[in-house]
Amino acid sequence: MQRIGVFVCHCGTNIAATVDVKRVAETLLKEPGVVHAEDYQYMCSEAGQKLIGDAIKEKQLTGIVVCSCSPRMHENTFRKAAERYGINPYLVEIANIREQCSWIHKDKEEATEKAIILGRAAVAKVMLNAPLQAGTSPVTKRALVIGGGIAGIQTALDIADAGFEVDIVERTPSIGGRMSQLDKTFPTLDCAACILTPKMVEANAHEKITLFTWSEVEKVGGFVGDFKVDIRKKARYVDMDKCTGCGECQAKCPNKKTPNEFNRGLNNRSAIYTPFAQAIPNVPVIDKNACTYLKTGKCGVCAKICKAGAINYEAQDEIITREYGAIVVATGFDTIKLDKFNEYGYNTNKDVITSLELERLMNAAGPTGGHVVRPSNGEDPKTIVFVQCVGSRDTTCRGKTYCSKICCMYTAKQAMLLKDHYPWLDIHVFYIDVRTPGKNFDEFYRRAVEEYDVDYIKGQVGKVSEAENGRLLVQASDLLDNRQIKMEADLVVLATAIEPNEGVRRIASMLTASIDTNDFLTEAHAKLRPVESPTAGIFLSGVCQGPKDIPETVAQAGAAASKVIGLLSKDHLVTNPCTAKCNQVYCNGCSNCEKVCPYGAISYDEQMVIRFGARETTRVATVNTALCQGCGACTVACPSGAMDLQGFSNRQILAEVDAICR
Amino acid sequence: MKTVTADQIREISGVDTRKCMKCGRCSASCPAYDEMDIRPHQFISYVQNGNIEPLMNSKSISKCLSCFACVERCPRNVKPAKVIEAVRVSVLRQRGETILSADEMPELLDENMPQQLLMSAFRKYKK
Amino acid sequence: MIYSYFPGCTLKNKAKDLDLYARESAKALGFELEEIPEWQCCGGVYPLASDEIATKLPSVRALADAKSKGQDLITVCSACHHVIKRVNDDMANVNDIQTRVNNYMGLDEPYLGETTVLHYLEVLRDRVGFDELAKKVTNPLTGRKIGAYYGCLLLRPSATMQFDDPENPTILEDFIRAIGAEPVVYAMRNECCGGYVSLKAKDQAESMVDRVLSSAKAKGAEELITACPLCMYNLTKNCKGEGMKVSYFTELLAEALGIKEVQS
Repeated sequence: MQRIGVFVCHCGTNIAATVDVKRVAETLLKEPGVVHAEDYQYMCSEAGQKLIGDAIKEKQLTGIVVCSCSPRMHENTFRKAAERYGINPYLVEIANIREQCSWIHKDKEEATEKAIILGRAAVAKVMLNAPLQAGTSPVTKRALVIGGGIAGIQTALDIADAGFEVDIVERTPSIGGRMSQLDKTFPTLDCAACILTPKMVEANAHEKITLFTWSEVEKVGGFVGDFKVDIRKKARYVDMDKCTGCGECQAKCPNKKTPNEFNRGLNNRSAIYTPFAQAIPNVPVIDKNACTYLKTGKCGVCAKICKAGAINYEAQDEIITREYGAIVVATGFDTIKLDKFNEYGYNTNKDVITSLELERLMNAAGPTGGHVVRPSNGEDPKTIVFVQCVGSRDTTCRGKTYCSKICCMYTAKQAMLLKDHYPWLDIHVFYIDVRTPGKNFDEFYRRAVEEYDVDYIKGQVGKVSEAENGRLLVQASDLLDNRQIKMEADLVVLATAIEPNEGVRRIASMLTASIDTNDFLTEAHAKLRPVESPTAGIFLSGVCQGPKDIPETVAQAGAAASKVIGLLSKDHLVTNPCTAKCNQVYCNGCSNCEKVCPYGAISYDEQMVIRFGARETTRVATVNTALCQGCGACTVACPSGAMDLQGFSNRQILAEVDAICR
Repeated sequence: MKTVTADQIREISGVDTRKCMKCGRCSASCPAYDEMDIRPHQFISYVQNGNIEPLMNSKSISKCLSCFACVERCPRNVKPAKVIEAVRVSVLRQRGETILSADEMPELLDENMPQQLLMSAFRKYKK
Repeated sequence: MIYSYFPGCTLKNKAKDLDLYARESAKALGFELEEIPEWQCCGGVYPLASDEIATKLPSVRALADAKSKGQDLITVCSACHHVIKRVNDDMANVNDIQTRVNNYMGLDEPYLGETTVLHYLEVLRDRVGFDELAKKVTNPLTGRKIGAYYGCLLLRPSATMQFDDPENPTILEDFIRAIGAEPVVYAMRNECCGGYVSLKAKDQAESMVDRVLSSAKAKGAEELITACPLCMYNLTKNCKGEGMKVSYFTELLAEALGIKEVQS
């Protein structure tokens, strides 16, 4: 005979203001099998958990129902409590009377009625719960970091410093990422190269870190603690061991007509190239789409002049398979394409540039050696207009609904640096709101206004066109003075919205990590688990999770590393026992379950089965419980009812439905 | 003239003025801006604040060209031109209210005017 | 290919050239314009107020007629195109308007925006093809520097008009290239000409027209083309400074196809 205890949480006023918690407890006490029911202000607190413990002892409870918040929030809390007080953790059920009841209803009478029904369903289910034992699986003590920008580098360094091996997979020829393209960084104006390149060197030299540049993740299998990943090392055509990095090949390459990606197309590069002088590794790659030899078999200049004999035109892509305990996504961002914003003239006028292009123009190692000029004619600008929120905070199909977060600060930075170099410049910034939350951030922005005389105008730009004298004509509004401005400028800088890097969807689907409507990776909990994906063993670092600046990225990178270290420190992981199970007596070998299983956890083989007293050898399904994530897809697909999910059996679910309909 | 309510303007225009984030791109784009006493972004704000009377008395309602530059560039899909139109029809639908009367026509006509101009002007200025 | 043709009032009167050369050129290009019987004026402006129904009915009648013949509806005048395209969009997507219009019209079968509405230029681009058009040109307008004047109505709002990039359109430039002339791209080509405001406020239209013409001249345009009779009127009759030659695009089309007597 079952002895069930029901515990109803007030969650402060979150539940109690809309649900009559006392009545819920009193009513559920009358349910068959329930021998104890009580309510308490915060059931998840120490005192609340002790109430459960005391009741387990006094009433010899065999099952527990907690009517509280979502199981995503506290199921684990209450399972651990139950275990501590001596009963199997899988004999605890949660009735979600907060997210699914009090938060979405206004009428107390109706909400109370619904809370009772949800509690009754949970009671019906827990009556059929069986104690389950979690298994264990081993942990491969190596981490994979996807993306070699500041987020990936910092995460890798922190993990490696704790003594674990880390591989960084970077799809471009060098690590360094977006930060390596920047000039100086807010709010303290350190030069990006001065603080980033030492970290790049450190990552390269670290004995625990292996870099796979010019490489991409091809396939991901396995599960937390035991991932198997195929990495495609794209053909570099340059032998990493032989190349001395002298740069002669790049200087002599006759084909220099490819837009330089690193300089955002502001100049061209050779077909054999390293993206920038401080690249790590300092070994060039040959762009097979640009190289004359690889396309036509004629040329071969680089091979002829390379004293080290490092050029190998026969090189092929290589796939290597590695095992990992944890994977960190650090794929970063790009600026959005501006094809839908032609009123700003980005595609038709060379003097309209993005902020990232301005970074390259301002950078001493950039295409103009740090001299900011009008790209159209190489002349010095006199008036520069900055336009904020280009594509950000835009709910039409043209842009992104979110605030890109970094633009207000980098615009203030760029304006001040420009004024430092060229004090005669006339600089205007058109803004909607200036958003500068962060330590020393608002002070930084105000310095631009109060000390550098940067002209901040509350209003937006409607159109940028070519003036009749060849300069730019900016038509804008000044909302505070209530006037329309028609102003000539030499350079217009668009604070272009940022978005997750191209290819993040592919990575996310390989990892079965969820992404939001903007393609940012979703965290397991917005507040309490911000660096973990809901998929076990997948961690998030940097802008792939949401817009953030360098200080925040580095902080998050460290947080992700600490989570990885925590995972890799364990020898074994406890596995979820709520896995699928095949009753082979009923299995007809149809393969439906195998086809729908997203984890490859189901296989078929010939087995001896006793059916209705007769032995027969037949093809039946078997579940690999180490791979099974308990999603339940197979139980739905199974036509004969052979597949069942432990902890969520068909009987239990029907009992819940019956209880609700009663 | 009877002042209509902000809700009536919202209903006639189909515009939810709460969506406006006050960026000013409508007024930055408007080619009739300098002709207007109340500007496109202010129309949204006035309606949001329930201040309709000044809008109904504004000369802006006869200056808007319905060129839809504000609609095209608004990042929040607010459609200021529809609000201006809603105010205009709210004036014209009242007895005796008109921006263009048939009596003034002979003076305004010239021999080159396309029918399209007369038709459009009557539709916009008269009920 | 036969299209239902909605000429509009102005094309029967002040803009006869726009109409005549559209018809003649169509024949030369192998498609036919079948005028919708008893069409009524589109109203010149799209009724923006969401509760306007009566002013949308002439468009719906034309649309329903084209639907009954299984033809696409084609217009030449920018204003007619704008009105009919937007009313059609309402009939396809706005429940309230669908219901009220159909209740009033009492057609055998309710009209729900089924007809495809095309501007003549879209037919040239998407059905004939500018490459094909170029092949049929017998009298290329070589050496003529022509600025395309788009105005507002063809382009905006782009979500409904779906005509071209509203801020950097290319269809008229591609057309100019196809007839052998040299397109001149200038900044004000998609700015308003002053529209109907010129009836009461000539000066407002004048300042807008001057900006357009000055921008076009600065870029080296020697003449302009337009698809809209009201733009034509404002550009030629409401400019303060020295004017510019403006033609309907269909005139130059006919000229290039060798079916208009070349006058010089």
